[in-house]
Amino acid sequence: MRYIPITCAQREHMLATVGVTGIGELFADVPAQAVLQGLLDLPEPLSEVDLVRHVRGLANQNVPATELVSFAGAGMYDHHIPSVVDHILRRPEFFTAYTPYQPEVSQGTLQGIYEYQSMVCELTGMDVANASMYDGATAFVEAALMACRITRRSRVVVSGTVHPEWIETLETYAASGLLEVVGDECTGGLSDASSLASLVDDRTAAVLVASPNFVGNIEDLAAIGAVARAAGALFVVASNPIMLGVLEPPSTFGADIVVGEGQPLGSPMSLGGPGLGLFACRESHVRQMPGRLVGRTVDIDGNHAFVLTLSTREQHIRREKATSNICSNHALNALAAGAYLCAVGAEGLVGIARSCVAKAHYLRDALLSTGRFSAPWGTPFGYEFALAYEGDASEMHDEMLARGYLAGVVVEAPEGGDLVVFAVTEKRTRGEIDAFVKEVASL
Amino acid sequence: MSEHLANTPAGAPLPGPRTLIFDLGAPESSCVLAPALDVPDIDLDVVLGGAGRNEAPRLPHVTELEIMRHYAHLAEMNFGVDSGFYPLGSCTMKYNPRVNEDACRLEGFAGLHPYQPLETLQGALALMHGLATALGEISGLPGVTLQPSAGAHGELAALMVFRAAHEAAGDARKRVIIPETAHGTNPATVTMCGYETVTVASDPNGLVDVEALKAALDTDVAAFMLTNPNTLGLFDPRILEITEAVHAVGAYAYCDGANLNAIMGVTRPGDLGFDALHINLHKTFSTPHGGGGPGAGPVCVNDHLARFLPGPLPVAFPDGTFGLDWPEESLGRVRSFYGNFGVLVRAYTYIRAIGASGVRDAAEQAVLSANYLKERLRDAFEVPYDRTCMHEFVLSGSRQKKANGVRTLDMAKRLLDHGFHPPTVYFPLLVDEAMMIEPTETEPLSALDAFAEALIAIAGEAGSDPDLVKGAPYTTPVRRLDEARAARTPDLRWRPPQA
Repeated sequence: MRYIPITCAQREHMLATVGVTGIGELFADVPAQAVLQGLLDLPEPLSEVDLVRHVRGLANQNVPATELVSFAGAGMYDHHIPSVVDHILRRPEFFTAYTPYQPEVSQGTLQGIYEYQSMVCELTGMDVANASMYDGATAFVEAALMACRITRRSRVVVSGTVHPEWIETLETYAASGLLEVVGDECTGGLSDASSLASLVDDRTAAVLVASPNFVGNIEDLAAIGAVARAAGALFVVASNPIMLGVLEPPSTFGADIVVGEGQPLGSPMSLGGPGLGLFACRESHVRQMPGRLVGRTVDIDGNHAFVLTLSTREQHIRREKATSNICSNHALNALAAGAYLCAVGAEGLVGIARSCVAKAHYLRDALLSTGRFSAPWGTPFGYEFALAYEGDASEMHDEMLARGYLAGVVVEAPEGGDLVVFAVTEKRTRGEIDAFVKEVASL
Repeated sequence: MSEHLANTPAGAPLPGPRTLIFDLGAPESSCVLAPALDVPDIDLDVVLGGAGRNEAPRLPHVTELEIMRHYAHLAEMNFGVDSGFYPLGSCTMKYNPRVNEDACRLEGFAGLHPYQPLETLQGALALMHGLATALGEISGLPGVTLQPSAGAHGELAALMVFRAAHEAAGDARKRVIIPETAHGTNPATVTMCGYETVTVASDPNGLVDVEALKAALDTDVAAFMLTNPNTLGLFDPRILEITEAVHAVGAYAYCDGANLNAIMGVTRPGDLGFDALHINLHKTFSTPHGGGGPGAGPVCVNDHLARFLPGPLPVAFPDGTFGLDWPEESLGRVRSFYGNFGVLVRAYTYIRAIGASGVRDAAEQAVLSANYLKERLRDAFEVPYDRTCMHEFVLSGSRQKKANGVRTLDMAKRLLDHGFHPPTVYFPLLVDEAMMIEPTETEPLSALDAFAEALIAIAGEAGSDPDLVKGAPYTTPVRRLDEARAARTPDLRWRPPQA
C-alpha cells in the first residue's frame, strides 16, 4: 500500500459506505473475460533503500557529458545552471500544481509565466511569446502550421541548414497532409538565398531558417527574409537563446515567428528532454498562435492579477477548430528559463554568450593550427562550428572519449564525408581546451 | 469579512499581488556573473559577421536574494498537491514521491548529452527499455514508443500510426469518430492529423451509444477514439462489442489513456480490443504536473502496428547491451532526440517502487475513494449518471443554480476559501453545471471527509446565503479576475516605462 494512506479498517468502512462487500464489485462493468487473472508481470516492488540503489546503479552505468570535458552541442548544450534555478523549481507549490485553471490560487505559475513571456519577447525582439511548447523541433513545426493558417497557403520552404531532427519532425507532421515541405539542398554551410528564392512561389506559406544553423554558422537573415517577403510568405527564424544575448534579434530582419530550443536557459540536457520550445510572434498574429498565453488583468478589488487568456483559440473551447492540440506543455522548464534569465540578467547573458563565442573561436583556431583539422567554410559563427578531420572522425571521437573528452558530434557533411561539430560553452576553461587540443593533435 | 474565512490558517496574512521582477532591483544589481574570460577577447561584431546586437535585451537586474524572495512569494500564491487536496477530474493529481525527483536529478541521468556514444548511455537505455517493457505489459499492447512529449502529443502520434498503417495497406481513410464525452484534445488532434471529426452522442447512461456508433462506422473511418473509463467516470461495459464493431469495418480502436489510473492492473486496454493507447506518465505514473508540464505521452500499440511507430526506440540486444533502433516502416520522428527522458526516469522509478501489486492497489483504491466520495455527496448535489464510477465522478450543480442562482463556478470559488482546489468544472460538456471530481488513491480518508463536508456546507450556504457563495473567494491572494478584460485588451508582456 505504498503511497496509499488508507488503512485496512478505513477500507472496510469505505466499502461499507459505498454498499459493496468487496472491491471487485466496483469493477463489475469490466467484461469478465478481460479481467486480469493474477498480477501483471512486473518486477517486485522495491524498498526505498533498494530503489535508490537500483536507480543509482543505472545512473552509474552512464558516463555523463557533464563529467567529461564536453564539446558536444548540436541542439543540446552544457551550460552552467545557476543554483537558484533548481531551488526555485523544487518549490512544491510550483511543481505539484496543474495548469492554472483556477487563477485565484495559481498566481505564482501565472506571474512566473507572464514574466517568462516578457523575457522571451526581449530576447527575440518580438511582440508576444507563448507559455512554451514541447521542444525546439515541435515549436518549429507549429510555426510552419501557424504560417499556413495565416497565409492560407500550405507549402513551406525549409533551409537544409536547419537541425536535421527538426526537419524530420516537420516531415512527419507533413505526412498528415496539412502542409507540404520543400527542402533546400544545402552545401557550403549556409543557406543560399538565391536557391531559396527559386523554391518559393505564391503557394509558399513560410520560409524557415535557423541562425546559428545546425553547423553553427550565422545566416544572412536580411537576404533570406527578403526572399520570404517577396513571395508574400512569412519568415520563420529559429535561434539559440544564449546567442540572442549578442546577436541582433530576428525581429530586426523582419522575422514573423521566432522559435528555438530553450534548454540552454536553465534546463539540464537530460538526454535531450524535457527541453523547452520557445515561440514568439508579431502581435497581429496572436490569434493564430498555438499554445497557452498568460495575460495581465485586474480582480474585482482592482488588484493586478494574471490569467490564462485568449483561450478561445484552444482545444478545450474550439475543439476541432483549435489552433493546436497542445494541452500539457513545458511550463516548469519555462519557469526555469525565467529564473535563469533573472539570475544572469542582461549583463550576465551577454557575458556568457561572449565567453562562449570567444572560447569557441579560440578552440577553432587552436584545432586548425594542429594541421589535423581543416575548415570547410570561412563563415561567421557563434559558439559552435564544424571542422573536417584528416583521419577517421569516428575513431578520433572514440579515442578522445577514452581519454575523457567528448570531442564534439560527428555529422555527415552535406558534401559527403564527415564533419565534427564542436560547441564550447562558458563552462570550458582555457586549460581544458589547451589539453584537448594537445591530446587530439597527438593521435 | 472574517465570517467568510472558513478554514483559513491563522497567523500571517496571505500574500497579495506581487511586483513584477522587472520592477525590482537596481540597474547595477546582478546575481550570476559570467566567468572571467581566460582566452583572448573577441570583437563580437567582427566574428558575428556584423550581426552583433546593438542593444542588450532588457532583462531584470536583481540579486540572488531578490530572486529567491520573488519566487518564494510567487510560490506562496500557488496551490499544488503538496498544498492540499486537488481533486481535479481527469487530471489525476496524486502525490509525487520525492524519490522520483531525486532519481531524475542524478548526474548520471541529468548530465547526459543525447549524442553521446551509446556505450556511455547503457544505464539510460536500460531504463528506457525497462519502462517500455513495463508499459507494454500494463497496457497489453507490446509495441511502445517513448517519444511523445505529452498526452495530446501521444494522441497525435497514435493517429499518425493509424494513418501510416492504412496508407501502407493502400486504404487511405477520411474520418475519425469520437464520443461527445471526449477530451478537447481529441477533436483538435484529429484535425491536426488531417482527418474529419465525427461525433457520436452518448446513450442515456452516459456511455457510447453503440447503435449510433455502428451507424457511423464505414470503410472511410480510420479510427474510433475512446476514453475508457470515460470523462463521466464510467467504464463502458459494452467495450468488447464496441472494439469489435470498429474492427469490423477495418478501423482502429484508440484508447485515450488519460484515465488509465482507474484500471491498471485490473484490466488491460489491449485485452479490451484497443489497438493503441497513449499513457500520460505524469498522471498515472506520478510525475509532478509542473504548473502545466512537462509530461510524457508514450504510445503503446499492438504487434501489427509496431512497425509504424515513431522512433527511435530503445532495444535490448542478446548480449545484454542496449541500443536505439527504428521500426521498419516508422512514420519518422515526432520531436527531437528520445522523448522527455527526465519524465521517463520518474515514471520508471515509481513503477519499480510499487511493483505489480502496487499498480493494482493504486487503481483499486482510486476507484474506492471516488465511489466513497460520491456516496458522501450524493444527497447534496444532483448525480446525473448514478452508476458505480471508476476513479472519478461527475456531479451537477443544477439544483443550486435552479433554486438560488448559485452556479457551479461560484461553489468552486467558495471551495478555495475552505482550502481546497476545486474539481474540474463545466466538463464534460453534456452535464449541466458539471463538477468532475477525482480524489486519487493517495489522499487520506480525513482529506476525503473534510472535502465532502466543505462541499456539503457550501451547498447549505447556497441555500441560506447565496450571495456569500456568489462573492467567493474571499481569502485568496487575488479574487475573481476580469477575464473578459484580459481577452479584450491583451496585456501579454511587460514593457519598459516610456522615457
